[in-house]
Amino acid sequence: MKTSNINTNKMKTLRLIALFFVATLAFSSCADSDDHDDDHDHEEELITTVTYTLTNGSDVVTLKFQDLDGEGGQEGITTISGPLTANTMYTGSIKLLNETESPAEDITEEIEEEDDEHEFFFASSITGLSIEKTDEDEDGNPVGLETSLTTGTAGSGSITVILKHEPSKPNDGTSASAGGSTDVEVTFNNVTVQ
Amino acid sequence: MIKRFLALLLVFFSFATLKAQECKLTFKGKITDFHDNSSLFGASVHIKNLNRYAATDANGLFEFKNLCVGKLTIEIKHIACDTKLVTINLTQSTTKEFFLEHHLNELNEVVVKSTSKTEITSIEQSLKKKSIENFTDKSLGDALNTLSGISSLNTGNSIVKPMIHGLHSSRLLIINNNVRMFDQEWGDEHAPNIDINASEQIAVVKGANTLKYGSDAIGGLIIIKPKKYVVKDSLFGSTITSFNSNGLGGNVNSEIVKTYKSGFYTKLQANYKQFGDFRAPDYYLTNSGLKSINTSLRIGYNTYEKGFNAFYSFVNNEFAILQSSHIGNVNDLVNAINSQQPRVTDPFSYDITFPKQQITHHLAKIEGYKRIKNLGKLTVQYDLQLNRRKEFDLRRGNRSETPVIDLRLFTNTLQTNLEVAHLNNLKLDFGALVRYQQNDAVAGTGTNPLIPDFDRYEAGLFTISNYTLNENTELSAGIRYDFSKIDARKRYNITDWNETFNYDELFPEFETGVENGTRISTNPKFTFHNWSASLGLIKRFDNNINFLANYGLASRMPNPSELFSDGLHHSAARIETGLLTINKEVANKFAVSLEKVGSDFGFSVSPYFKHINGFIQLIPVGITTTIRGAFPVWEYNQINAQIFGIDIDVNKQIHKNFAYNGSLSLLQGDNLTEDIPLIHMPFTNFTNSITYTNPKLNQLTIQLNQKTVFQQNRFPDYNFNTFNAITQSQVFVDISSTPPTYSLFNLQTSATFKTSKRNNLKVEFNIDNIFNVAYRENLNRLRYFADELGRNFNLKIKYNY
Repeated sequence: MKTSNINTNKMKTLRLIALFFVATLAFSSCADSDDHDDDHDHEEELITTVTYTLTNGSDVVTLKFQDLDGEGGQEGITTISGPLTANTMYTGSIKLLNETESPAEDITEEIEEEDDEHEFFFASSITGLSIEKTDEDEDGNPVGLETSLTTGTAGSGSITVILKHEPSKPNDGTSASAGGSTDVEVTFNNVTVQ
Repeated sequence: MIKRFLALLLVFFSFATLKAQECKLTFKGKITDFHDNSSLFGASVHIKNLNRYAATDANGLFEFKNLCVGKLTIEIKHIACDTKLVTINLTQSTTKEFFLEHHLNELNEVVVKSTSKTEITSIEQSLKKKSIENFTDKSLGDALNTLSGISSLNTGNSIVKPMIHGLHSSRLLIINNNVRMFDQEWGDEHAPNIDINASEQIAVVKGANTLKYGSDAIGGLIIIKPKKYVVKDSLFGSTITSFNSNGLGGNVNSEIVKTYKSGFYTKLQANYKQFGDFRAPDYYLTNSGLKSINTSLRIGYNTYEKGFNAFYSFVNNEFAILQSSHIGNVNDLVNAINSQQPRVTDPFSYDITFPKQQITHHLAKIEGYKRIKNLGKLTVQYDLQLNRRKEFDLRRGNRSETPVIDLRLFTNTLQTNLEVAHLNNLKLDFGALVRYQQNDAVAGTGTNPLIPDFDRYEAGLFTISNYTLNENTELSAGIRYDFSKIDARKRYNITDWNETFNYDELFPEFETGVENGTRISTNPKFTFHNWSASLGLIKRFDNNINFLANYGLASRMPNPSELFSDGLHHSAARIETGLLTINKEVANKFAVSLEKVGSDFGFSVSPYFKHINGFIQLIPVGITTTIRGAFPVWEYNQINAQIFGIDIDVNKQIHKNFAYNGSLSLLQGDNLTEDIPLIHMPFTNFTNSITYTNPKLNQLTIQLNQKTVFQQNRFPDYNFNTFNAITQSQVFVDISSTPPTYSLFNLQTSATFKTSKRNNLKVEFNIDNIFNVAYRENLNRLRYFADELGRNFNLKIKYNY
């Protein structure tokens, strides 16, 4: 009786050990099945380029920020195509691109699709310059892809464009109290109005 | 009436005849285990009124001869069993069977007493099952936090990394069932994947006796030990449930153990834990819940000569990370620091949204030992671990369901050990190991991997000797060599490779010649040779006073994060950069301890000093501007550092029912290279507790404890200014200033009720943070965003069977 007990125990143990090793093999084969190729993705959510185009008839001014290698590496470059005209109302539109993809990916479309989760904020140090958001999301809150920019008297300073992801909407119009996380924050220095 | 009379008459006659036998009666018996009907060997049977003793034989039998008629008061005792008191009226020779019962708790006490330290000269502290059970619904870090000199680095309240003397992550070795844990422990926000409920005892080695497990335990060792079972046929288990008012959650843990007289045993344990959003005193911490499923299985066979044990554990954790901590750039960080409240404080919810972490960890091992005559005990162990870590963030364009970080770390180790104990006064321990580790940054995340693909090969050899000088003095010495090679595949930004870090000149051999747009593919390879050593001394004095002294030399190769990390950390709003130029760090550790062990009065006073050459730290070095705005850049660098301090523990029985416990931890860390304080060092803290116990009243225990953590005034000032384009002004970013002193009070009560002969029920009621104090802890990575947890009422019910 006793010996048979021990024998069944031994059998059981052997079976368990066998099971354990099978499991072990299964695990290691999983791990080994990995290829060592460089299978890594590109930065999908990257925004490399922000273009703010201001149009008043044939008077077109573009403010562009471009950082083709993303975070780190080379610093981004800002280009301002020319001066704005004083006391003029421009129609503004923003375009976001990921130019590491070919052809360049239009991030603006993503923002349009999720416009209730995004909002642009604008700030300027130029006296008399004001920017109004003219578009609305599905809830009737401003988005800021479309704007109207009005210049005052001649002067110069900076224009800052901020895109917030998941800000509180509606908000008091300032980026600081809207919260959310910043997807874009670009400052164009030395913008002139003449 | 007549019947009764006849019966009386019969009794009378029988008495008369018995008397005539003149104390020639025999009392035989058998002692049996209540649970499995097995015979109990070696039980003592004591007839108290006659002061006669007997012990049971292998079949559980005992016998008393030459007894007289009369009352016998018998006390039956067996190790790990309830003592049984029975009264028998002996009128004739009798044979009787007695059942004894044991419980998990009683077994534990036996086990704990026999559990020795890692090594005799080791300076260590430990937590036993009873204390571990208080943390059944919390983490390893939370439980260890109660020991002096141990603190934790937290991310929110559920991701808790233990810290020994201010050191954490790769500087601590966590040994789970004799397996060194590899679960991407290098990350600050990566908590150890251990289910605390699967452990029996947790020891923390603060001194130098760490060589058996690795050469790189600069901070120390955390050893999670399983239980050794008594060799007997038995079946027992327990279920513990816990419910908390804060987070409206808790856990259920069950374990069942079957042991056999032959030496076989098996244990199955499973645990489920869930919490919703926790609450700080003034608001809900939106997205701070967690969900966790764990299970473990142990099978083994133990005899003196040979044995084996196999262990498998599965841990599945899902941690929500405070939603308010997901920020964009340094201006968002300034907003968070300046506002007193987190930006999102929604009503309570069980939902785990973004950001979050999902981790699964498999650990399996098999170990066998055999004692070889005139040689010693030979042990061979193979273990493997598979860790999969997914981190999810708030992402644009329906990508939130896709992890931003997806890493799979596979580790397997083969090791062997030979303990030679038959030599006079000398015990020797030899060991060798080989290890292969592979990290796979799983494709499909749509991000650059934070940690690249790599293969790591390791081999190690050690020997430790223990020498008994005389009855009161023992010495130990050990030496270890480790070889380690890492072979990684990583893409760098070309400008960073060539210009920022100048790697094209420093490491041209790593270039593969493949360039893809703005990225260059590289194949960094590093080889390290590490030497480590330890010396230990224990001297025993009268009154249970021991003096211990340890010296240790430890060296650690940089971890993958220190070498390769490259990218944005959202919750910290910083870019973290590892450097290929980072070399190994080497520590000299000194620790002494004066200890008195005793339940009436005991203490330990343990000062320590560590000097670390090439201490690797992550510090802010500047600001970079990206399309998202400005970010501080944190870079790994190496300095010389020293850490010294003292841990003091006192326990005193002040009255039959009242006991006092207290501890104090003092620590100072210095960056010697720059002559400034070291970053992220724990603060001076002390605890006091008064415990009332009444064993007669259902083992009633009431404990009030207090913990005070002082504000650290010694911290390195890494504050900086940044330009805010909207306000057109410089903004001061205060990332270094430390939170103020805080004191917390907790109450713990418990009572045990017998529900039947063999079962008991333990009920616990606890209050954490009784006064609902709002406070922030410097060592919480989310301290800029929200307060720590407010008051919590906890109810625990434990059922033993």
